[in-house]
Amino acid sequence: MAAPGTEAAGRPIAAGDARREPDPAVELDGLGRAYGERVVLRDVTLALEPGRTLLVLGPNGAGKSTLLRILATLLRPHAGRARVLAHELPREGWAVRGRIGLLAHEPLLYRDLSGRENLRYQARLFGAPEARVGELVERVGMARRADEPVRTLSRGMVQRLAICRTVLHRPELLLLDEPLANLDPAAAELVEPLIGRTAGATRLLTSHDPAGALARRSRSRPWRCSA
Amino acid sequence: MYGKGLRPLSLASAATLTAAFALVFFYAPNDADQGFVQKIFYVHVPMAIVALGGFVAAGLMAIAHLRSGDRRWDVRSYVAIHLSLILAIGVLVTGAIWAKASWGHWWVWDEPTLVSFLIIFLLYATYQPLRFSIENPERQARYASVFAITAGAFVPLNFIAVRLAQAYTHPRVLSTTGGNLPGSMRLTFLVALAGMALLYVTLWKYEMASKHASAQLRALRRKLAGEEPPLPAGRSAAPSLAAPAQPVP
Amino acid sequence: MALFSLTTFVIFHFGLHRTSLSGDLAAGVLWVTLLFAAMLGVNRLFVAEHEQGGFDAFLLAPVDRSALLVAKAAALFAYLVIVELVAVPAFFLLLAGPSPGQALPDLLWILLLADLGVAVVGTLTSALAIQTRARDLIGPLTALPLLIPVVIAGARATEPLLGANGAGAVPLKWAAILGLYDVVFALLSYAVFDFLLED
Repeated sequence: MAAPGTEAAGRPIAAGDARREPDPAVELDGLGRAYGERVVLRDVTLALEPGRTLLVLGPNGAGKSTLLRILATLLRPHAGRARVLAHELPREGWAVRGRIGLLAHEPLLYRDLSGRENLRYQARLFGAPEARVGELVERVGMARRADEPVRTLSRGMVQRLAICRTVLHRPELLLLDEPLANLDPAAAELVEPLIGRTAGATRLLTSHDPAGALARRSRSRPWRCSA
Repeated sequence: MYGKGLRPLSLASAATLTAAFALVFFYAPNDADQGFVQKIFYVHVPMAIVALGGFVAAGLMAIAHLRSGDRRWDVRSYVAIHLSLILAIGVLVTGAIWAKASWGHWWVWDEPTLVSFLIIFLLYATYQPLRFSIENPERQARYASVFAITAGAFVPLNFIAVRLAQAYTHPRVLSTTGGNLPGSMRLTFLVALAGMALLYVTLWKYEMASKHASAQLRALRRKLAGEEPPLPAGRSAAPSLAAPAQPVP
Repeated sequence: MALFSLTTFVIFHFGLHRTSLSGDLAAGVLWVTLLFAAMLGVNRLFVAEHEQGGFDAFLLAPVDRSALLVAKAAALFAYLVIVELVAVPAFFLLLAGPSPGQALPDLLWILLLADLGVAVVGTLTSALAIQTRARDLIGPLTALPLLIPVVIAGARATEPLLGANGAGAVPLKWAAILGLYDVVFALLSYAVFDFLLED
């Protein structure tokens, strides 16, 4: 396991420090973000304890993906504070980068490379062992097609590879943007141990489909946003 | 805040420029070789120096923008480049006139300063298209600053390369160090240079003041209209001074 | 791209109506061809990242962001060397008169020195242009003026090597300018590249 500093989020509370709550894995205070003069996020405040799951619901364009991109250090917040895994964003983004897994709308895979090549490249970037690539590809049922260029695969297959990419480095915090999009029930079953509640990571999920998503939440919280 | 001191500054630049023109026409002697047409030198060279100074200053402002993240520095850098580009066109035109008058050709390749200037002009001419083709205003500001810094550093380097590449085959009024100018010519030149620099600063402040005023106007309109921010009509290469919309409680 | 340079040599042959070139004309044809071949590479350099999400994938990783600059500049450098491996022999074969024997070693190190500068500036301008809507235009429009000193220095340095009466000595002044250019733009790119990746 190569991600440095894995102790921070799952840290057992020290004996002399028993009254202290564990640091929230995600802590937002008045977070805001705009594109030009269009405000996308306004005054988002929330805290998410380690090991819990937060479901973010909202229609298309509500700013769900923007929120995830801020937490993944890809976007700067314009207002308010954001703390992720006990580090202030965006200043200490470097410290949390290897400990977050982002499953975005785009698979973030090179279409001209095969799934296995993509994952090996990512494994080297994240310092994850290459053996993990074969193991993950096997677990999502992609072993047979993993050597074909990503552009030839169906969207469900690409999504499975993207999930492999997300959990390659065993992140402590999973940021999942509509994780089951394009997946058939059998595939959803396959990826459940990797990104589901049993995966052991703190999770932040988004969905535009309350009925399906609520079945998988452990807590949900309304928040205001403007599109 | 940008309007402050604008009136004395305008008066000072008008006075200095008038003085410079008076000196050019009534005080400075005609050049022995080139005659009357050499007097374009008092417009051409100060304009070139000020334009280059503006480009380099824009690079420094862009550094300030990237270091501080303060978008106002980007606007300052934009205005500086904008004005320098206009001066640069003036430099190329007056240079061509001077070349035609003293050497008989509109364009001469062995005048290193002019050639360098053309290259720098061509480079900076991409600045506005670059801005225009990036829609996200923050990214536009950041990319424009990267461009301004790169181009600002390129200005001196380019001059070294081009100057070395040319042989000095033509008579030059001002040697590379500017040392051997007769006293009366030098005085006139310095006054003209000061006038041009003042003019540049004045115009810069005017444009900043205008941008500041329109930003305030927009903010007031927004207040009147309520929550809905009126989007600026169409896309623009010109940055505006309005701060990114603040979250309203 | 090597094919592009071959075609360009043929075009120069007809455009200039010469069967063999030497001296400054030869140096000019060689450098202009290489520069425009480089532009093809510059335009493509970040397309895969831009279109396939490679930027985000890279930014999520716990690695120094300058690694992308170094990697891409190295890729562009390798591309330029490969193009030259074909283009330079073809140039001597098709256009340059005298045998290249004695000129070759000097020509090689000057080309490599220039490639370094082209690779760095090309990477920077390519990253600058990739996020714009008119990237095919903005890229070369920014890169070409910035690379004029490389062409000046490269052409002046190699001009004596391509003389009609055999190779002369390389003017070291020009090699020094190429080196200075490489150093200045390498440092500059290193300093500003991060700002092209952030959002």
